[in-house]
Amino acid sequence: MTAFLSNRAAIPRLPVACLAGLLLLLVAAGGARAELRIDITHGNIDPLPVAITDFYSADPATIQAGRDISAVIAADLERSGLFAPIDARAFIQTPESLQARPRFSDWRVINAQALVSGNVRFESDGRLRFEFRLWDVFAEQQMAGFAYMTPYTNWRRVAHIVADAIYKRITGEEGYFDSRIVYIAESGEHTRRVKRLAIMDQDGANHKFLTDGSALVLTPRFSPSRQEITYLSYFNDKPRVYLFDINTGRQEMLGTFEGMTFAPRFSPDGNTVVMSYAKDGNSDIWMMDLRTRIARQVTFDPAIDTSPSYSPDGQRIVFNSDRGGTQQLYVMDVDGRNVQRISFGQGRYATPVWSPRGDLIAFTKFHGGRFFIGVMRPDGSAERLLTESFLDEAPTWSPNGRVLVFFRQTPTEKSGKGGITKLYSVDLTGYNLREVKTPTDASDPAWSPLNR
Amino acid sequence: MRVKVFGLLAALLLAAGCTEPAKQDTTVDTGGQTTAPTDSGTAGPSIVPGSQEDLVVNVGDRVFFDFDKSDLRPDAIETLNRQASWMKTNASVMVNVEGHADERGTREYNLALGDRRASSAKQYLQSMGVAGSRMETISYGKERPAVLGSNEAAWAQNRRAVMVVKGAAS
Repeated sequence: MTAFLSNRAAIPRLPVACLAGLLLLLVAAGGARAELRIDITHGNIDPLPVAITDFYSADPATIQAGRDISAVIAADLERSGLFAPIDARAFIQTPESLQARPRFSDWRVINAQALVSGNVRFESDGRLRFEFRLWDVFAEQQMAGFAYMTPYTNWRRVAHIVADAIYKRITGEEGYFDSRIVYIAESGEHTRRVKRLAIMDQDGANHKFLTDGSALVLTPRFSPSRQEITYLSYFNDKPRVYLFDINTGRQEMLGTFEGMTFAPRFSPDGNTVVMSYAKDGNSDIWMMDLRTRIARQVTFDPAIDTSPSYSPDGQRIVFNSDRGGTQQLYVMDVDGRNVQRISFGQGRYATPVWSPRGDLIAFTKFHGGRFFIGVMRPDGSAERLLTESFLDEAPTWSPNGRVLVFFRQTPTEKSGKGGITKLYSVDLTGYNLREVKTPTDASDPAWSPLNR
Repeated sequence: MRVKVFGLLAALLLAAGCTEPAKQDTTVDTGGQTTAPTDSGTAGPSIVPGSQEDLVVNVGDRVFFDFDKSDLRPDAIETLNRQASWMKTNASVMVNVEGHADERGTREYNLALGDRRASSAKQYLQSMGVAGSRMETISYGKERPAVLGSNEAAWAQNRRAVMVVKGAAS
């Protein structure tokens, strides 16, 4: 215990995410042992049994917080499909006695391979102080340990940060739990659907509607650098690309185009929005520099060019075009040169999205009356289909490029029944398909970068 | 206010669309065969010339397209010819031409496809002598199906371009 708090680091750039006051103390993570490890590059692995104990509190005022933190961590890890939290009723050692040191035999006997312990208390200034430690039960070693101080209202974020730390320590990959999803909340009849911008934490908590539904809105996407969303709005019956400031709620039309602008996405540096502009029946790809507000045409083709998405290095763009007869995927340089078709399988390909890791492009495929979510390399090789249904559409990448969220719609009956539209997540391996719970029907998901 | 008017029109169009069951294998005549919306009582004398109702009942407000196409079929040309005459007769009328797609496509591509269909209809009307300045196009992609159902009959009615009289307070 005495050697526990050995070095410190502060979380950089906190004020951006309203987390002022959070303090992070980086703690000894033991040696460079990597005995306990999940290799997530292979599908269908057995989830790692992990015991996640309630964060201990001697103060009745923080007992519930200790339980809640533990529950959020367990839910994050469980949903990843890589971890199997063990039922707390099987635990032998109490959270209180854990504070001294784990009795590893007590945890081995219930088959826990990893153990998460922690404690929580109020500081004299009113902030919460959390400590957590991750243990390798078989090696009987501490794998990670952190302490945080934060206003009480931030407790969920701290739980996600802890879950990310556990995920990273065990898988070797960055986590993705401290992130949000913006999407379109749907309600009402299908012939006049009400659609609203909505935002939530990736686990569904802190859900909030951002627009009131008076204007049809579609296809929101997060800025990589600001608390901002770009999306399509039919405000005043003029479909145009807008920016939405998450902190102020301010909405702003992007540019003064005469016709419809749509399918917007930010560049990786957040300084440019690439989108489609439809003029006289022809959609081409345009870019707008957000600092100068100067728009520039990138593709000049009589075919439909849409759904552009930047590579993470900002040098290339993958997009959707029917210039070859049907919808296919093409890659080009950001200046519009070196256009190359990359999809050659059977069927139509659409909604390409470049992975934040750069190694893959996710897409929607339509073939034989069915829709699929799939991935391929940027050169079009190694295509793999991950999901299939009547209608699967619009994949979006987790910040670490390991998980995709998309939407799935069921067929509609003549009576109007059906047409149920929900968000789902699936691991890059094609396993662990799960519904992402939302208060209403949901479509057009877009994952945020990691909160900062 | 404007939203309200639009909603009313949508209801009108829906009523018109629903009176035509699946018969798109043959030529779909959106004109004379549609009945007036029930709330307006008997059709005929009460219809205001140049109104949306006039367009729906006596001309045909919509044309249909094949899957993933924006080419005008012969049945579409017939309807557009009637629309062109009607626009000339009612020379002060301004319209929106809405382009729509069925649900079997991705949202963004369908927005582009709807735009293409609306433009296809508009450009034909222009070629028939209707001033382009009287017609504005708007695409709804797959966002506003006219007919519910995940079947070919419904899809065929949803792949459409619809003429809507602007500011119609009918």
